[in-house]
Amino acid sequence: MARYIIRRLLQMVVTFIGTTFVVYALMFANQNDPLQALAGDRPVSDNVRQVLTEQYHLNEPFLVQYGYYMQGLLTGDLGRTLTGRPIGDVMSDAWPNTIKLALLALFFATLFGITAGLVAGLRRGSIFDNTTLALTLVVVGLPIIVLAPIAQLVFGVKLGWFPTTAGARPSLYGLILPALVLGAASTATMMRLTRASVAENVRADYVRTARAKGLSARRVVAVHVLRNSLIPVITLIGVDLGTLMAGAIVTEGVFNIPGVGSKLLLGIQTEDGPLVVGFVSVLVIVFLVTNLLVDLLYAVLDPRIRYE
Amino acid sequence: MQVRRLIAGTVVPLAVTAGLVGCNSGDSAKVDPNGVVSIQIAEPQHMTPSNSNDASGIQVLSALFAPLVNYDDNFKPVPDAATSIESKDHKVWTIKLKDGYTFHNGEKVTSQNYIDAWNYAAYGPNAQNNGFFFSRIAGYGATQQESDPDGPEGPEKPPAPRAKTMSGLKKVDDLTFQVTLSQPFTEFETILGYSAFYPLPKAAFASEGVLKEDFESAPIGNGPFMMNGKWEHDAKVEVAKYDAYPGTKPKVGGVEFRIYLQPSAAYADVLSDNLDVIPQIPTESIPTAPDDLGDRFQRSSASQFQFLAFPTFEQDFANPQVRKAISKAIDRDEIVRSVFKGSQQSARSFVSPVVAGYRENACGDACEYDPKAAKTLYDQAGGPKKIQLSYNADGPHKDWIDATCNQLNANLGVQCTTVPEAKIADLLNKVEEKQNVGIFRLGWIMDYPSMESYLGPLYTTTGSSNYYGYSNTEFDKLVQEGSAAETPEKSIEKYQQAEDILARDLPVIPLRFAQNNYGFSTRVQNVVVDLFSRIDLNQIEVLGN
Repeated sequence: MARYIIRRLLQMVVTFIGTTFVVYALMFANQNDPLQALAGDRPVSDNVRQVLTEQYHLNEPFLVQYGYYMQGLLTGDLGRTLTGRPIGDVMSDAWPNTIKLALLALFFATLFGITAGLVAGLRRGSIFDNTTLALTLVVVGLPIIVLAPIAQLVFGVKLGWFPTTAGARPSLYGLILPALVLGAASTATMMRLTRASVAENVRADYVRTARAKGLSARRVVAVHVLRNSLIPVITLIGVDLGTLMAGAIVTEGVFNIPGVGSKLLLGIQTEDGPLVVGFVSVLVIVFLVTNLLVDLLYAVLDPRIRYE
Repeated sequence: MQVRRLIAGTVVPLAVTAGLVGCNSGDSAKVDPNGVVSIQIAEPQHMTPSNSNDASGIQVLSALFAPLVNYDDNFKPVPDAATSIESKDHKVWTIKLKDGYTFHNGEKVTSQNYIDAWNYAAYGPNAQNNGFFFSRIAGYGATQQESDPDGPEGPEKPPAPRAKTMSGLKKVDDLTFQVTLSQPFTEFETILGYSAFYPLPKAAFASEGVLKEDFESAPIGNGPFMMNGKWEHDAKVEVAKYDAYPGTKPKVGGVEFRIYLQPSAAYADVLSDNLDVIPQIPTESIPTAPDDLGDRFQRSSASQFQFLAFPTFEQDFANPQVRKAISKAIDRDEIVRSVFKGSQQSARSFVSPVVAGYRENACGDACEYDPKAAKTLYDQAGGPKKIQLSYNADGPHKDWIDATCNQLNANLGVQCTTVPEAKIADLLNKVEEKQNVGIFRLGWIMDYPSMESYLGPLYTTTGSSNYYGYSNTEFDKLVQEGSAAETPEKSIEKYQQAEDILARDLPVIPLRFAQNNYGFSTRVQNVVVDLFSRIDLNQIEVLGN
């Protein structure tokens, strides 16, 4: 087990360096005139252009720019945004918001998804099963760009149950509505997946055996059916966590939560290579670590799986 | 007020200006003088006078600093932090400051503070966005870097500028200084109201000519409000009333500038009274805004000008009659109505309604929608059979460009296609390299409230944003004469003559002016937007309980 983990960690280092390089290269290929992109419609005066171009090494070839970036990275300096703000500061402001939001979204998705999926799976064909099927179809069909403003209008503005926006220093309460919205699609998928998985496992031999042994229905469902049904669901959770962090652009905008998604968007719009690479690097680490955790969880859930 | 005229036919009663709003503020007992008002901004790019040129940064600075001049209802400058700004020959200007002003750290404001701030802003290697505002001052050229000897790619660095300070700035005494311009400029006083001309305290500088790196996280100004804490990036900037301010006292205790990623979120917050003022309601919410907010939804003119530009160097568009026919084939009012839901106003003039000398219909016949006449004229002048409209896809332009193109198709019987460029920079690069982009869109925001701020940079032969190769010596001469005329009134006469030439030559066709479509919560009243599209912090009031 320990050897397996160490091997995975070493692979991560290689993957990490590879991704920064690829992302930096992509950003460089997309780079046209970051200073103009930042200024928008206004012209950039010659001396501003001259000084900033030199300061940010914008006229250097790709490898030199990447070299400067990696040199800074190794000394703990992530560089500065085009408006002169240290990227380290931007990250330490944005990440906590995103992590809170994504974890809360995942929490709701898991809670509602698995519970509803379990019930629906055990009572196939019931009214509950059919209602949730219809509901999940609606949620999956509604893009978040529609869902988020509607939720805000109904529950924030009209009913006043939740704060309309969460802000840059969000309270847990303020994050509930955005997290529900962000997690809506995941909830639906997770529910369908749990239902299918449970429905299949209920008929498995070991469940019949367990029942025959005279175990209580509760124990059969919780330990035998659910535990085995969770393997595909855990895989989904692992993938979703990363997506929820990077892909919250709409939710962040609607509920005004400055996080990773909106910073990535800004970085891409202003062709700010170091900003994008900084955030993507951390995202890559998040993906790698969650995937490792998911793989390890398989072994916990199903004793037949072993790692060497 | 005559300039706040707006287009008829929009959905909302428009006559809402300072005076009218003032009427329902009679209940002075209810006004809370210590209330804090919250105003939406976006994350400012910078927060120093010399470097801020985005609306959000400028809005915050307007709270922290007092300008040398302010503007009256006719957009004429009136001294504010100055007692007088005078010149006999419009070349050497003497600026006398009011006594009693102090910076928020207690430093007395002297003429040296202005000179230091302006020199810092102008000095080329400091790369300040607003440096070019000082280009009229004598000695500005010597503070700029020379061009790089081996081009920007080469290893050699350009030599340092010859001078660190502008020779045109001279201190007379603690409250008086003299500004010598390189050429006479009659409307120099008008420029001074812009945020680039604020003073900086000694405390702002780490050493001579070097600004402290963290100054912009908590700028120290001479204005009615002082920083309350620091600039909290992506969250807010808070300011509180500065008690020692000798000028007009604001009627609120403080302002929280709250930073939003998107205006739609701010709009939702205004609806639920979580935010007091949104300076620009997003277009998609404009149709419902009158119902949502009632008379708390208001509009005023803004300086932003949208137009279509012709590559006049292309054979297809070299004939002014072709350009006129295209202009006459566009139904501006219809596009304002259907695409913009009345959030902008049609333009029939080459300068915006917030400058003195604006005439509502300077463009005349050429901007009048008349599809039949347009078609006849177009065929006579031999306009091209295919027209291409280029725009930048990173702005909200697709819908109206498509609508314009459809109108040209229908009214001129041409084959019009639209071509998106990813970014404005891509578009401008292609235009500069004289690649064929066809007709292209551009926008312009004035730097200072003068006709010259449009005519100079946009249409003179050497204008900084003249991307369309327009050159008319008579026009250049009139603008030149206008800027050196005896009085501001005479300047305007010359500018208007110059504008008449544009109406004939049509290097660009005016389409729309922006409007401030602002809204506010039930907690505040007397919300007024000034000509720089900033919320006027001297007038706004918070209602107490």
